[in-house]
Amino acid sequence: MSACASVNGESVELIPGTTVADIVGTLTGGGRGVAVARNGEVVPRSEWGTTVVKAEDRIEVLTAAQGG
Amino acid sequence: MVIEAERTDPFMVAGERIGSRLILGTGGAASLDSLERALVASGADLATVALRRVDPTARGSVLDVLTRAGVRCLPNTAGCRTSRDAVTTAQLARDAFETNWVKLEVIGDDRTLLPDAVELLDAAERLVDDGFVVLPYTNDDPVTARRLEEIGCAAVMPLGAPIGSGMGIRNPYNIAMIVEEAAVPVVLDAGVGTASDATLAMELGCDAVLVASAVTRAQNPELMAEAMRFAVEAGRRARLAGRIPRRRLALASTPDEGLPDLSEG
Repeated sequence: MSACASVNGESVELIPGTTVADIVGTLTGGGRGVAVARNGEVVPRSEWGTTVVKAEDRIEVLTAAQGG
Repeated sequence: MVIEAERTDPFMVAGERIGSRLILGTGGAASLDSLERALVASGADLATVALRRVDPTARGSVLDVLTRAGVRCLPNTAGCRTSRDAVTTAQLARDAFETNWVKLEVIGDDRTLLPDAVELLDAAERLVDDGFVVLPYTNDDPVTARRLEEIGCAAVMPLGAPIGSGMGIRNPYNIAMIVEEAAVPVVLDAGVGTASDATLAMELGCDAVLVASAVTRAQNPELMAEAMRFAVEAGRRARLAGRIPRRRLALASTPDEGLPDLSEG
């Protein structure tokens, strides 16, 4: 069985070497106005391409929503 | 006239010119289209947005609406219940929206959505230390407001009544006390139900008013947005003009001098 990570609450199968940038790319068109947290910590945009997602990581890919 | 006032008496925060004294919260709008029309009608130069999970099926973005309307984005930490969550959310918002401004919200009760002062003060301190321009949503408590200012918040945003309640300003004396003491801008945040509430806030000396539900959930959001714009402007002018003192008895505005003698005979 291959390794899985949680992306926005959904279990996602990981291809070895998958980076945060890969995950952002599959969910959004480019990543403008997007931020990423990994296990409750910010992954700065400049580190998306070099941050490899590990098994059991909790990734949150976030963007603007309406809110007071 | 309204535009003129926004130019000559602009709302300033942390040394930056905002312009309009009406800040719009974007929560509660039925659609992005409805939000955009309300935003334009409000004349707001600053609007709040929240940070939530990406929805790959979503069409359009609230950020695009703000960009088209030329309105600056003020990220909030809505939904956070601890200092830690609020600080992380603010940091994520800074990365997403390239702004170090944050409307800091730390909620302590699900039913009333009232702020948790202890967590709020802790988060405010951490964020100020991290270089954020912090605009905290707070209780209408003058002591908490003073503490937030001492920590280095760029403004204080006391509530008039619970979020979305439309109950207006339940304790105008506290709002007036906060205004009297504060050296940073005071923004009335939460509780506004209709235009007169926003006017009262400005008459009490608030520097600006933040309105979300009262506009976005009105039957006609665009029209209410315009009403709020005029209400804030009217209240600001009334405050600057200086109201007459309240008296228990009448004070004639027409002089007795020159009153004719019209008695019989």
